Amino acid sequence: MIELTVNGTKHQVDVVPEMPLLWVLRDELGVTSPKYGCGVAQCGACTVQINGAAVRSCQSRIGDVAGKSVTTIEGLANRDAHPVLQAWIEHQVPQCGYCQTGQIMQAISLLELIPKPTDEDIDVVMSGNLCRCGTYPRIRAAIHAAAAKMGAK
Amino acid sequence: MGVMQNLSRRAFIVGSAAVAGGIAFGSYSHAEKAVATAHSNPLAAGLGPNSVTFNPWVEISPEKITLIAQHADIGQGVGSVQPIMIAEEMDLDPGQFEIRFAGPSPAYFNSGFADELAPFLAADQSPAAEEARAATLEYLRKSGLQMTGGSSTIPDTYEKLRVAGAVARETLKAAAAKRSGVPIADIRTQSGHVILPNGSKIAYVELAAEAAKIPPVLDAKPRDPSTWRMVGKPMMRLDVRPKVMGELKFGIDLKMDGMLFASVKLNPNKGQPLKSYNASKAQSMPGVKKILEIKNGVAVIATNSWYAMKAVEAIDCEWAPSTYPAEQADHWKVLEASFKPEFLGKEWRKIGDIDAGLKDGTLVEAEYRAPYLAHQPLEPLNGIAIVSDKGMEIWVSHQSPQAVQSTAATAIGLKPEQVTFHNQWAGGSFGHRLEFENVRVLAEIANQMRGTPIKLVFSREEDFLQDIPRQISLARYKGSIKNRKIVAADLKLASTAPLKGLLERMGAPSKDPDAQLAAGLWNVYYDIPNFRATSYEAQGLSPCTTWRSVGASTAGFFTESFIDELLHAAGVDPMKGRIEMCGVPTYRKLLETLAQMSDWKGPLGNGRGRGVAFVESFGTPTAEVVEVTATDRGIRIDKVWVAVDVGKVVDPVNFENQVQGGVIWGLGHAINCELTYAKGAAQQTNYNHHEAMRIYQCPVIEVRGLENDPKVRGVGEPPVPPAAPALANAIFAATGKRIREMPFNKFIDFV
Repeated sequence: MIELTVNGTKHQVDVVPEMPLLWVLRDELGVTSPKYGCGVAQCGACTVQINGAAVRSCQSRIGDVAGKSVTTIEGLANRDAHPVLQAWIEHQVPQCGYCQTGQIMQAISLLELIPKPTDEDIDVVMSGNLCRCGTYPRIRAAIHAAAAKMGAK
Repeated sequence: MGVMQNLSRRAFIVGSAAVAGGIAFGSYSHAEKAVATAHSNPLAAGLGPNSVTFNPWVEISPEKITLIAQHADIGQGVGSVQPIMIAEEMDLDPGQFEIRFAGPSPAYFNSGFADELAPFLAADQSPAAEEARAATLEYLRKSGLQMTGGSSTIPDTYEKLRVAGAVARETLKAAAAKRSGVPIADIRTQSGHVILPNGSKIAYVELAAEAAKIPPVLDAKPRDPSTWRMVGKPMMRLDVRPKVMGELKFGIDLKMDGMLFASVKLNPNKGQPLKSYNASKAQSMPGVKKILEIKNGVAVIATNSWYAMKAVEAIDCEWAPSTYPAEQADHWKVLEASFKPEFLGKEWRKIGDIDAGLKDGTLVEAEYRAPYLAHQPLEPLNGIAIVSDKGMEIWVSHQSPQAVQSTAATAIGLKPEQVTFHNQWAGGSFGHRLEFENVRVLAEIANQMRGTPIKLVFSREEDFLQDIPRQISLARYKGSIKNRKIVAADLKLASTAPLKGLLERMGAPSKDPDAQLAAGLWNVYYDIPNFRATSYEAQGLSPCTTWRSVGASTAGFFTESFIDELLHAAGVDPMKGRIEMCGVPTYRKLLETLAQMSDWKGPLGNGRGRGVAFVESFGTPTAEVVEVTATDRGIRIDKVWVAVDVGKVVDPVNFENQVQGGVIWGLGHAINCELTYAKGAAQQTNYNHHEAMRIYQCPVIEVRGLENDPKVRGVGEPPVPPAAPALANAIFAATGKRIREMPFNKFIDFV
């Protein structure tokens, strides 16, 4: 049994330690906002936070996550008023939306690191997150808007 | 001779009688079942007590209002804009209704294909062309073909959903009039309620039972656009919030009690069977419940998807070899040898005397190439199914509901009507979810696991390996210039046939030439006195299918690159030249708008360059300017301007997002993507080999939607084709280097 905390709730899972966190979340615990896109850290759709840092859950062995705290978009504090989520809604970023939870989790991490990112900062941090629909112009706009919201507080 | 004269002359030759029979869809198997008149309402069968349905799009019970999205939502916004067009007319607000995807029914036949399938240029509004389109529409009605594709979501439903909403509204008013004794003329509707003259309100849901007892008001007319509250105005897509919150369930997110997980390894030599396999290692791997042999591969049933994927990876398989050439170089050789009469698809258009025209002036010749490409939406192929003695139930996102039924049924010996299909929100498609590999394989697996719900998820690698790619295409163009004018253009291409391939796999094979190979080839709206457009259909290559913008994604690149080469040779500015040659007034206006938006003033110099391209696809004229800078780290794409004329912009925010996404799709794949074969298998098996655009390469994209076209047009695909040629033309302007083959990064570096 491996124990971990997901969105504040403790869970015990009976799986091999090599299993990526992504599949524990999706198939064992029914937390479906982290998405399977590539399985090899090429798309970023599976991005979650482990102890507050954005990671690719497809590359995190569950054995290494034991005892740690995982946050997905479902578990963000103050979710309805979250400036990044709000900006994403106001700018209507998603098309198919499949990559967007990963994009948002990565953007939250970016804004924690760099509260007022330039376009170049955004390019550097967000280029690991693929969007096949091509919502990049809106992702940029939403990150700038979220930065402004957070700065104003 | 002017373009319009040529259009009408062609119209005269083809006439309408020739198209009423076959069209491109041949004899679609559902045609026999469908009735010639209106199809019955599929919602009637599942209606609960005291509930009403007025048409196939509106259902009201005492508890709730349900609006049907008739197309598949593949990210383009169907699940929002279609219900909103109904809600506009019904005076419903977002939040007052539920949305459900349509089940398979001929009542949802796609009228939006009529223009694309009738063999007339989109700009041809002559009576003969309109008559042919009307005949095609009747053919489509009879066929009952329900399909999402061809940028037809809005063209198909713009009228019919507003009428559906108006009928519902007027019938609810009639029910309220009957109940209250007040004349209908004194009754109005607002925010989900009928309002009586005394100000009292009756909720629609309260009127359901009474509305069911009166005949629907079928002659209800949709309102004047000037009264619209939502349509045509910036509005919030209904799916944005649940997608941002991570709450929207895609097909891959569904879960069922007692469900087991499956993953597959299929013969990478597409369409060929399994010869033998050794699963001894997989058998003892964790989570594995069962190993199954299926027609073209093996499946592992396990307690979760990852266990299934890991175990199936460990199975050794011996495959039957491919029927197409095993190595990529030989695919190109087949194309090179296909410019022969025996491979002729069709001579689509001929103006003037091409042979004389080519001899008159300076000859320009060029060869262009476009590779196979994968679709690879981010949500991999998946599905859930359960097979019982009665039939099969399947939950999957797909663009062809009836073909899901027939494919699954054929795979396991059922009748199509024994297959119940529930469409799902899709994490993208780009043409991928018009194909059937996951459906067929899932049917086989669930049939071997009767009684247990099976969730199939393709690994990304398997999805790439089984992706039926875009057509591969080779163009050999000749033209001539004289006195700063293009006097002749002889456009020939050899290609695999994407639409024919899809139709064949749908069980509706067609002997007609593939009309998608004419897209971007024959619909050239420049006044060129001697013109010919000819397609050749290469045989024996990889199966191919429709990829966002289909034929125009390759031929649009060839043709607009070649036009640029001719104008350059003629010493004419590429923007001015196109505007001057453009024979369709609305299209000329589009180009003029683009020139104005981009402040086009000719060459930029200093390593910077601009390219322009104009392609009409699926009836939607789209023109783009790409601006690049040649830096010491490679080509940087700085900015793109796009002008699109759709007749009516229905959902402006989503429109902009779609257009930008289409440009990014077109640019990204042109820069760095190809799908190649070695030993019969695709060599690219994940995004690191087939990357397309990431955010760091994404330019600023300025979009303008015009409303001059006489018809309401779609926008999902048309922004794609001009992107690649506009980029190639910009690179030429910046560097003097002409790139005639995709992907461009084989020839030049990008930042």
